[in-house]
Amino acid sequence: MVLSTFKIGGVHPPENKFSSGAAIQPLPIPGRVFVPITQHLGAPAKVMVNRGDEVKTGQLLAKSSGFISANIHSPATGKVFRIEEAIDQSGYKRMAVIIDTTEDVWAEGIDTSPDIIREISMSREEIIQRINDMGIVGLGGATFPTHVKMMVPDGKHAEYLIINGVECEPYLTSDHRLMLENGEEMLIGTAILMKALGVKKAMVGIEANKPDAIGHITKLAAKFQGITVHALKVKYPQGGEKQLIKALTGKEVPSGKLPIETGCVVDNVGTAFAVYEAVQKNKPLIERVVTITGKAVKTPSNFRVRIGTPIQHLIEHAGGLPENLGKLIGGGPMMGKALVSPEAPIVKGSSGILLMPVEEARRTIVKNCIRCSRCVSVCPMGLEPYLLAQYSRLEMWENAEKERIMDCIECGSCHYICPSGRPLLDYIRLGKANVGKIIRTRGKI
Amino acid sequence: MDNVIVYAVISLSAIGVTSAIVLYFVAQKFKVIEDPRIDVVEGTLPGANCGGCGFAGCRAFAEGIVKAGKLDDFNCPVGGNSTMAAIAKALGLEAEEKDPMIAVLRCNGNCDYAPKKLNYDGPATCAFAHNLYSGESGCPYGCLGLGDCVVSCKFDALYIDEKTGLPVVDEDKCVACGACVKACPRGIFELRLKGKKSRRIFVSCINQEKGAVAKKNCEVACIGCSKCFKVCAFDAITMENNLAYIDDEKCKLCRKCAPECPTNAIHELNFPPRKPKAEETAEVPKEPVTADSKA
Repeated sequence: MVLSTFKIGGVHPPENKFSSGAAIQPLPIPGRVFVPITQHLGAPAKVMVNRGDEVKTGQLLAKSSGFISANIHSPATGKVFRIEEAIDQSGYKRMAVIIDTTEDVWAEGIDTSPDIIREISMSREEIIQRINDMGIVGLGGATFPTHVKMMVPDGKHAEYLIINGVECEPYLTSDHRLMLENGEEMLIGTAILMKALGVKKAMVGIEANKPDAIGHITKLAAKFQGITVHALKVKYPQGGEKQLIKALTGKEVPSGKLPIETGCVVDNVGTAFAVYEAVQKNKPLIERVVTITGKAVKTPSNFRVRIGTPIQHLIEHAGGLPENLGKLIGGGPMMGKALVSPEAPIVKGSSGILLMPVEEARRTIVKNCIRCSRCVSVCPMGLEPYLLAQYSRLEMWENAEKERIMDCIECGSCHYICPSGRPLLDYIRLGKANVGKIIRTRGKI
Repeated sequence: MDNVIVYAVISLSAIGVTSAIVLYFVAQKFKVIEDPRIDVVEGTLPGANCGGCGFAGCRAFAEGIVKAGKLDDFNCPVGGNSTMAAIAKALGLEAEEKDPMIAVLRCNGNCDYAPKKLNYDGPATCAFAHNLYSGESGCPYGCLGLGDCVVSCKFDALYIDEKTGLPVVDEDKCVACGACVKACPRGIFELRLKGKKSRRIFVSCINQEKGAVAKKNCEVACIGCSKCFKVCAFDAITMENNLAYIDDEKCKLCRKCAPECPTNAIHELNFPPRKPKAEETAEVPKEPVTADSKA
């Protein structure tokens, strides 16, 4: 059987999914949690509590402050210690609510029982409102507020809902475990999203390296109307929104446009599960599955972690900080960023923590570009990474914009494949930041 | 045979004459009258095309001056007062004497004061590192030491000191064009008055974090204690966002603030050594000796 996949570019790095067999364990709540008020794309949320307030698990901490913004709820019960700037994953300080935790008491109205509620009783508007209230954002990593995705703009028509269970990033297994352990809830969440969007068809895309998940979800999906499961060829970056649409429907998202142009809305399996919990159980997004893995970790595991838990706490429960630690990475090895401090908290967008030993974490020596054009052939967006990197290095922002630098999805395939070890993605990211700034100022004038 | 040569000469001459006539009228039609004074002004400029004046180059600056007809908002930082006087003379205007400026690095977080906690091995540009993370020492305001300012300097006035990892401004070469101010992604450089005999006092820190947080990453950070603010008799020091700032226009170089600073964040440059106090006498004579032995 020929498995479908996206057509242009792509690489296949070693999968190294060490933790795929480790069941999701609930991580004990740490003594102090740091809840940043910007955990999503868009405007920071507005803090609704004061220093010294007693908060319960699931209580609203910060309110969404705009159309593209999201509510933030308390991940634990306790007293607000401070509302001040705390270190985030990049080492910069961001405003956060710091809570000293006590025994876990849930706020009223939240169903914490393990029973699965299958009946979808809410109307379309109620569902979208609930998703908004519960602070659901895309859990694949981009943290785009989900309720915004659900509101299809006028003149556009949603045809398919695509559920992203690809998890193409090496090492990470959080979505894989979620599908195996909470598959039915995830599919109910999918059905809820289908109702909210008014679509008849949903497709779950899973890569062929997770045969157990494909089998499990296919069996479960038979009970649901309109949900089909598709096995996809293993190829990075298939989990990218645009690549997944191409792989499943054959349609291409036009440059600079949103996926809705092709009639598709893409959500992660984690988001679908969070939507199920929000709509059926009234539970806000205060915890997520995080993989802690890597060649330096003693016991690679998948934890259900409360938002705001310091990464340090996770490392302790996965066998402690290894001595040969070279790099601590937030996310997977391809798209993740090296973390500055293990004190930084887990946020809504953290899918994994990767600990690399010293030998592995070293960068290769940068040599001259030999014009082999391998970066061009692996770019899934059909860009010319060597050229974009050069324009960024020489600060030729207009040319970089013309060469569609803003289409780059920062998958890192070009950097991975480069035989000269050139930091192509690093330069492209710099270029994107600058070109983005220029485009925004142009809009203001 | 002869005819061919004659025809060729005649026809070519005819083409030449017609073209000359056409070109003459075209030239008349599209004539650009350029003020001859622009060339004169450009001749007096240093020709560095550094952009320090705010124009695209020396020619654009000259055009700007001639067009405006006055010198109020124009200043060539490279040429300084002598160049401006020459321009004024050429145009028959009055040039205002301006105090010379110099670029100042407002960070002293070297390897000893702000020890490295991390090891950065990405591309060696500050612009990229600044986008990515807070820096090797952990201070989100401090110098990253990757030398974007050095690359931007067209006058060879900046170099990275290998011992401290910080850029150093060569006072003789710096012309205060402001290229480093623009190049630094963290805005650490500032153009300040050069001062009499190059004497300057400034707060060598731009960290706006609370005192304890700033001190955690760097021993010589301004902790916003306001001691200097209280001692200043000329209202030259302002406190904002946990940070002291000395206004170079108001500062009278009295040197009262520097000894007050508990973290030695206030720098004095090119002053004679202070008269030693009773308890410090033992330390002072030692310094020149170590300096000599190192040299």
